Amino acid sequence: MRKREYMLGNGAIARGIVEGGAQVISGYPGTPSSEIIGTLASMKERNFYVEWSVNEKVALEVAAGAAMAGVRSIVTMKHVGLNVAADPLMTLAYTGVKGSMIVLVADDPSCHSSQNEQDTRRYSQFALIPCLDPSTPQEAKDMIPYAFGLSNRLQLPVIFRTTTRISHGKSDIELGPVTQDMPAADFEKDLEKWVMIPKNARVRHPHLLKLQEDISRELEDSPWNKLELREGANFGVISSGVASVYAKEALLRLGGDASFLKIGTYPAPENKIRSMLQSVDKVVILEEMEPMVEEQVRMIAQEMGLHVDIIGKMKGPVPRINELNVDVCMDILSGIPEAGCKPEVSIVARTESGGCGLELPQRPPVMCPGCSHRATFHAMKKAFGKDAIFPSDIGCYTLGILNGAVDTTLCMGASITVASGLYYAGEKRPICCSIGDSTFFHTGMNGLLNAIYNKADITVTIVDNRITAMTGHQQNPGMGKTVTGESTVEVSIEALCRGMGAEFVEVVDPYDLERTEEVFRRARDFKGTSVVITRQACVIDAKRVGVRRKPFVIDTEKCTGCRTCVRLGCPAIEFDVKVKRARINATCTGCGVCAMMCRFEAISEVKK
Amino acid sequence: MSAKGISDFDLVIAGVGGQGTILASDIIGRAAVREGFSIRAAETHGMAQRGGSVVNHIRIGCTLGSMIPLGGADVLLALEPSEALRYLDYLAEDGVVIVNTEPILPVTVTSGLCSYPDVGEIMASLQGKRKVVGFNATQLAIEAGNAQAMNVLMVGAISNYLPLSPDIMLDCVRELVPPKTVDVNVRAFELGRAQNQV
Repeated sequence: MRKREYMLGNGAIARGIVEGGAQVISGYPGTPSSEIIGTLASMKERNFYVEWSVNEKVALEVAAGAAMAGVRSIVTMKHVGLNVAADPLMTLAYTGVKGSMIVLVADDPSCHSSQNEQDTRRYSQFALIPCLDPSTPQEAKDMIPYAFGLSNRLQLPVIFRTTTRISHGKSDIELGPVTQDMPAADFEKDLEKWVMIPKNARVRHPHLLKLQEDISRELEDSPWNKLELREGANFGVISSGVASVYAKEALLRLGGDASFLKIGTYPAPENKIRSMLQSVDKVVILEEMEPMVEEQVRMIAQEMGLHVDIIGKMKGPVPRINELNVDVCMDILSGIPEAGCKPEVSIVARTESGGCGLELPQRPPVMCPGCSHRATFHAMKKAFGKDAIFPSDIGCYTLGILNGAVDTTLCMGASITVASGLYYAGEKRPICCSIGDSTFFHTGMNGLLNAIYNKADITVTIVDNRITAMTGHQQNPGMGKTVTGESTVEVSIEALCRGMGAEFVEVVDPYDLERTEEVFRRARDFKGTSVVITRQACVIDAKRVGVRRKPFVIDTEKCTGCRTCVRLGCPAIEFDVKVKRARINATCTGCGVCAMMCRFEAISEVKK
Repeated sequence: MSAKGISDFDLVIAGVGGQGTILASDIIGRAAVREGFSIRAAETHGMAQRGGSVVNHIRIGCTLGSMIPLGGADVLLALEPSEALRYLDYLAEDGVVIVNTEPILPVTVTSGLCSYPDVGEIMASLQGKRKVVGFNATQLAIEAGNAQAMNVLMVGAISNYLPLSPDIMLDCVRELVPPKTVDVNVRAFELGRAQNQV
């Protein structure tokens, strides 16, 4: 038996990347994809190049360049990252690759950590390139070396789509052999293939269309599609990706009788779908999010002139939103008489508090105790006033929604641009947006350049906590460190802003509330685009590198119970309703911001 | 209950981001693999880790999906009392809930937006619905040497129910906790295991 290890799905994918002999790996962090590059970069022995790129478009182009040179490359990102990288992807499908290239995209059905739940499989349909969709972490690992091979045979980039439950699932993983054969970089000049001027693009587009048959043929009999026709069964289940294991379990639990087609590739295997449709009268399609398989099944049925009853999400009870699970699949299957489910199996409904009727408090994610963003937002709101508009961006600071400092969040980088649009629309209220350091490097820079160039009278706050925090503390260009911990140039955000023409650029420590508020007031009064950089290391990272501050304590004699500190929303500050006094709990990290706010000088550092 | 042919043992771990639910499931997962089981687990990462409500599913002897259906778990291991109630529907009618009685107040409560139910009432509600093993695991972890070892203490408590050797689980504790904290965590595991010998 081969060696088995207990691994995170993303760890298994990283292992697949090593087994498949990847040579250039790039990506931008994004839940649920981030641990793949993190795992690869922390490996002690590496025979590949790995980087955190500044955004997904950059990352995809880096991987594309490597694949043009004939080596194996992979780029990783979350689903919305592919929107940023869609420009190079669509044309890369025309040029194709010389080596092999995987575009790994992690979808997040149910929006566990995302602003939308778009379905990446649609991009493969749009770009006319193959897509693989694993059902388990083991399959995910095994699919990666296959995807490199497929990409090389077709000379096309291949989309590898994982989801939260694969990437953040854990499983015993059987390891496979590591590819030893590494092609050497050898870029061949070939203007007709690599230079997409109109003349060449007009040739490559029909070429890509012609390749579609090859793609279908390759995928049809790949190990990722499995058809089990049950003798005598007139009902079938077609299921794809991670939903296929839920569907399987639901059938087992309900004792249903059905033929089963498991799909792991797109385009879906046409011949297998035909066989299924010919052998049953009714079929249910269980897939997460968009009706990709369903559309294909309906087209095939129509083409064959078959009158099979097709149940899915276009017509039927399968939800088009959120992730699926065993419960949802059981609910759907038990409503189909032909599935032959045992009637005695009861289906449980989820309640708020185990059906006991107690009202449980909501427990939303919040900024950490001592997080400098909280201080920034406090000073910002004091300087700009409640009426001001606060567009924001994507990162830990989005949690400032609880602090009344986040009025818009659209996508990465959209704080500065939305702020600009509000200003150009004629909004008279002061506008102050917030964006993190990594998000600024990602796509905020372009927005700032545009704002300065087009004279937007707004304030741009760059909340610089010296790391890409929300996704799990990845390196970025402001840190002077690469993904592997190697020293590199530390890009100065203030120099960048000045270089782009900003005339008001101030750097301030947000823990110094008074000065921060004063800087915000001047920024507010400045005519034109002003930039305030609030710089203070992320508390989690600071703790890791050994920063220790003395915690604070509240003197109950001096505390009047005014709740000013409580309203800051720091998890370290509690209000004791019985004695009507605030108190500081053990999670205090000693930032001292509450002490600066207290008018009664009731909060002080613990003396030891 | 875990169903034959699907899974040998289904466990849901509920808690609050920062309590160490991931380490708890890692100890169990690694031990299960060492014992030759196939295993599936689902975790909460990302945004929900910032002090939010978190839930992990662990399925021992399972080759299907990682998500346990409602009413399917053999044991619910709750690191915080209100989180036990929040995920109680995952527990089978005849399942057991092991719960740390030390509450963690969410910011919605500390800032006065809503209230936290009385812990006695939570325990009574749990007892009205399922078999309950409840104790203050945070206090016991402090006695073992560190409040942070509460997660390992709770793993010790669940070890009485798992189809896994406690010695192998202890080996995994030693491998997975920070080297300086091995002794504290081993003590915590044993203290937890003593809470509900079956």
